[in-house]
Amino acid sequence: MNKRRFRLKGASSAASSLIAILVGLAAGFLILLISNPSKSLQGLWTILQGGFNNGRKGMGQVLYYATPIIMTGLSVGFAFKTGLFNIGASGQLMVGGFVAVLVGITCPWLGAAHWIVALLCGALAGALWGFIPGLFKALLNVNEVISAIMMNYIGLYGINYLIKNLTNADGAYLVYDKLKNQTMNVAESAVIPKWGLDKLFYNMKGNYMDVSSVNAGIIIAIFLAIVIYVILNKTAFGYELKACGLNKHASTYAGINGNRSVVLSMVIAGALSGIAGALMYLAPASGMHIHVEEVLAAQGFNGISVALLGLSNPIGIIFSGLFISYITVGGSYLQSLKYMKEIIDIIIGVIIYFSAFSLFVKNLLSRVGRRKNHHTAEDGIAKTEGGAAQ
Amino acid sequence: MNTIYFLVQQMMFFSIPLMVVALGGMFSERSGVVNIALEGIMVMGAFCSIFFINRMEGVMQGQALLLLAILIAAGSGMLFSLLHAYAAINLQADQTISGTALNMAAPAIAIYAARMLQDNGVQQVQFVNTFRIEKVPFLGDIPVLGPLFFQNTYITTYLGFAILIVSAFLLYKTKFGLRLRACGEHPQAADSVGVNVYKIRYAGVMISGALAGLGGLIFVVPTSTNFNATVSGYGFLALAVLIFGQWKPLRILFAAFFFGLMKTIASAYSGIPLLMRLGIPSDIYKMIPFIATLVVLAFSSKSSQAPRASGVPYDKGSR
Repeated sequence: MNKRRFRLKGASSAASSLIAILVGLAAGFLILLISNPSKSLQGLWTILQGGFNNGRKGMGQVLYYATPIIMTGLSVGFAFKTGLFNIGASGQLMVGGFVAVLVGITCPWLGAAHWIVALLCGALAGALWGFIPGLFKALLNVNEVISAIMMNYIGLYGINYLIKNLTNADGAYLVYDKLKNQTMNVAESAVIPKWGLDKLFYNMKGNYMDVSSVNAGIIIAIFLAIVIYVILNKTAFGYELKACGLNKHASTYAGINGNRSVVLSMVIAGALSGIAGALMYLAPASGMHIHVEEVLAAQGFNGISVALLGLSNPIGIIFSGLFISYITVGGSYLQSLKYMKEIIDIIIGVIIYFSAFSLFVKNLLSRVGRRKNHHTAEDGIAKTEGGAAQ
Repeated sequence: MNTIYFLVQQMMFFSIPLMVVALGGMFSERSGVVNIALEGIMVMGAFCSIFFINRMEGVMQGQALLLLAILIAAGSGMLFSLLHAYAAINLQADQTISGTALNMAAPAIAIYAARMLQDNGVQQVQFVNTFRIEKVPFLGDIPVLGPLFFQNTYITTYLGFAILIVSAFLLYKTKFGLRLRACGEHPQAADSVGVNVYKIRYAGVMISGALAGLGGLIFVVPTSTNFNATVSGYGFLALAVLIFGQWKPLRILFAAFFFGLMKTIASAYSGIPLLMRLGIPSDIYKMIPFIATLVVLAFSSKSSQAPRASGVPYDKGSR
């Protein structure tokens, strides 16, 4: 009985997400129709084709862009599960990315372990950026949404300052490429390895292999999603965190250290976002660099969408991250049809909006289910009553 | 003395939008609906009204145009916030989710519409600032107070203060305000004495939408000459001001001024000889408002109490 209800719950959650996606795509089609009716069907097809627009390389790009948003999605989703709203993923990502790049540039003597150490340092930095709002929340009752927003901006300006001002003993910049106003390339040994994925996702251009940017990051992200799933659902620690999220007072009464749980879940959420930044910026010379600009990293906020669409379930987050990356890549090809790629953001917005109705849809579905149960129960009562009368 | 005048004048440009938007958030949260969509609503309000200014510039200028734009901003913000109200109130949706959705969609819609509707196809909407008031007649000549509050200013500054006074009056001295607060604290109790919780919450969210839309316009007008589909996180900062201000109008005023002053120092320190001489890099100054807010929050939040039912969908049937 319990198992059946659980399955029903999972199915109706997935159903409400799918309904949201369909409504979002319909809205997107409507906008395409309004902007230019003659190409609208072609446009919709381009969006739906997503990464397939560009063969195997395109699919690789989907995985590549999915990596950081799966990580920030995990970060936000994990915090959601424990009753916290981690809007600070953006700052945690940038701080983590910066520290990873710093290690990636300055410590080439680490050899084969270089990228792993850089990645871990990024995770630590992100964890620190999550630790502060967590500590403030636990000890001083500061709303974590506000402190995380503040930490976003402190991180942003702090990194800009450090990039422009860190110098070695001779006064030469440590990480700053002044000409391009961004960070320097990280050492070869610090670049996230490919683990053979480049042999899988490429297009042939004559004799030249046009390789996609995908790397081991996506495997690490999926692995970590599974780890988070296990922690949340199969361990006492995860149970404690979730219990605190549902009712801190009740769980404190039951002997769980509520303050510790709040701090730890923010630390873990921060570390996940920090890893997102490290995976993004430990890139080869042709890849991403940290630009010195006053804009918060969009991947942090996209993580909120990914987490919401994935219903904060780590496994769901893998799929929602892949999906959002898929249609975003599809959207970038829309420009060849003279449509604007912002339409994808509108579609994602609509999808998130309608996924907020999941409770409504779920109630509708469960009401249908309950009515059935109710009938059988009534039958049972009628029978026993009948028996008593006899 | 001139430095102080300059500081106060600048501070108004930052503080007034923050205060207006935070007051909007206050109406929504005190009615029991968390409105994290303030940022997105600001973007929509700013876009519609700046686009309106852009189109009407040839026909009219100055305060009349600004006043019309204010109406457009408030109206469009209110319309956009209805989406949030419907999800949060009628469908009992998770309010964080629908708010985030609006925040996601608003800049995208603004960029898309700007590029569709403008002949040059760019996302920036240009406007000519004909709204600055050099000096208010008579009042501007008062010593000290004149330069502080009545020179180099905008009509929106006074509108902001008017909104503050009306808000405080509405919240504490009227039947509507009492009902609004009741719905945010204990909607079942309010319902039991015949208050229509759904209607009150709709009113709360719509007021917040109007004020946030207006805030978008008055943030952009003094600080820029075009609108680029962003309000630089001011909606989120307003949320911070709201919590910092403990959901109370007067405290929101002080919180907004505190933050605005910090922000002014960050952006205008090069115009202040004393701070210039310290030789602190600009990035550090830019961090100050956020660090200061964090520190103040750390000291003031221990007894912080949000409206009790804020963020909880109202279900007539629940116990």
